Amino acid sequence: MALIQIRSLAKSFGTSKSLVKAVDGVDLDIQAGEFLTLLGPSGSGKTTVLRMIAGFETPDSGSILLNGKDITNLPAYERDVNTVFQDYALFPHMDVISNIEYGLKVKGVEKSERRKQALVALEQVRLSGYENRKPSQLSGGQRQRVALARALVNRPSVLLLDEPLGALDLKLRQQMQIELKQLQRQVGITFVFVTHDQEEALTMSDRIAVFDRGKIQQIDKPAAIYERPKNSFVADFVGVSNLITGSSATAILGKSGTYTVRPERITLGNVASGQRVANGVIKEVEYLGPATRFLVELDTGISLVALRQNTSQSSVDVEALRNTKTTLSWDISSEYEVAG
Amino acid sequence: MKISKAAKVFLYLMMGFGFSFIYVPLLLVVINSFNTNTSFAWPPTGFTTSWWGKAVVNEGVKDAITRSAVVALFATTIALFLGSLAAAAISRYKFFGRDTISLLFVLPIALPGIVTGIALNNVFTNFLGELTIFTIIVGHATFCIVVVFNNVAARYRRLGANLEEASMDLGANRFTTYRLVTFPLLRSALLAGALLSFALSFDEIIVTTFTAGAGQATLPIWIFQNLFRPNQAPIVNVVAAALILISIIPIYLSQRLTQEKSN
Repeated sequence: MALIQIRSLAKSFGTSKSLVKAVDGVDLDIQAGEFLTLLGPSGSGKTTVLRMIAGFETPDSGSILLNGKDITNLPAYERDVNTVFQDYALFPHMDVISNIEYGLKVKGVEKSERRKQALVALEQVRLSGYENRKPSQLSGGQRQRVALARALVNRPSVLLLDEPLGALDLKLRQQMQIELKQLQRQVGITFVFVTHDQEEALTMSDRIAVFDRGKIQQIDKPAAIYERPKNSFVADFVGVSNLITGSSATAILGKSGTYTVRPERITLGNVASGQRVANGVIKEVEYLGPATRFLVELDTGISLVALRQNTSQSSVDVEALRNTKTTLSWDISSEYEVAG
Repeated sequence: MKISKAAKVFLYLMMGFGFSFIYVPLLLVVINSFNTNTSFAWPPTGFTTSWWGKAVVNEGVKDAITRSAVVALFATTIALFLGSLAAAAISRYKFFGRDTISLLFVLPIALPGIVTGIALNNVFTNFLGELTIFTIIVGHATFCIVVVFNNVAARYRRLGANLEEASMDLGANRFTTYRLVTFPLLRSALLAGALLSFALSFDEIIVTTFTAGAGQATLPIWIFQNLFRPNQAPIVNVVAAALILISIIPIYLSQRLTQEKSN
């Protein structure tokens, strides 16, 4: 049985005149020990689902079961889940160790025992020695870690993370992605992670649930989400869409429908191995370091993005390729039909 | 921004002029409280502390100060209780008519005191029969609540709901959350509101005029009644001078408290 079972969950905001369906019929099973990411643009309902699991919002309808027990209408303080907030929400009037001890304190854990556990948690997030600092004396990354320790020290069944890396700069963020993943394996607690960053979702998750307009569009392993997007929204949101549709589909692929090919599967210029071939003009060239991205306008009217790994020969003077004619080719197995 | 030296001097002079306009007369009151001349002609004719001595033993002054202090204390207590509850409700819950209620809460401070005074006087004399110290307290509470409400509501807005959510997420119920998180973070706003409300109540005269019964003079009323009695005038001066010094303290404290939190 799944650790969390969410059934027909719905929640609207606003007045009866301008009602916004934030969450519109979500069914979701979260397995014990997994790292599940809720991915979607802002306003897609992912954060509202998280807040309903935490107990900060009451659903209009539907149910949430934790360990088989209905928690839909339980207040936040009676749920065995903990949250890491986007802005960390550390208590500014308490030092680091008091912040971490807070959950144990309100549960009545004896003082020396909770101090011991809090120090272990602080060590887990590699902040030993910072116990008497105030949150205002910490950097963003350190606050992030205190917030993690404060939640994890309670050993919840589920840890909810609401865009916890959003406020960090790129370098620190990538480092925290790795640390979070390691920490999750180490403690074995189920993580439910909310983000709008598709790369972050692909890197960290065991499974990804892609949200749009209050509904789950697709839920699967990262590779499956990326390689076999179920519809054009998922194809577009997770990676570059490269949709081939309408008359272009008929002209290039000889069949109707909507298809997608990932940029790295398209070969530029070399037609030898390709089974699909399309001619066009290179409109944009972006040098990315390890690879170069080409935006090619095909003769049929659509544009496709192709990605080419850089080698010592290919990367020189890529700019000169702008506005030159080219041929794109890809293996037939790389194209994938998506629902419009 | 760079300002030329001449402009700087000019601006300082203007500021000095503005401040002296306010503070020189106040200083004059303090000086006159030591003036031997009872008509306060300038320059002072001599130095004496006898007015201060007389003021200290004056029964009317003692009575008025006690009454003012009691009124301010009770009005502030009521304001703290109701004002902070109202601020919590309006800042933390969504309910029908919230914006209207918020406006109704703040409105009394914008209403002319004389209107509030007449209105309260009407109600009190018609329904309670007589004016007492209790009616003064209620009259003062109407505007003291606003001061506390504004201070606390502003603090709630700045805090956001996240910290309280975090506390409940960690297993604390609403009461524990208030005790360990909300109240400590509101404390300086409550104190600032209380000091300001005490100061406002202590020197209020218009509403008091209409809500105080006979023989229920608060300090400002006592001053007003004795100002034009020639033999009392020197004592009035002493009381005014003392009030200046006393009222500086709460205002200074309340300003420091709100500044401390903002940086």
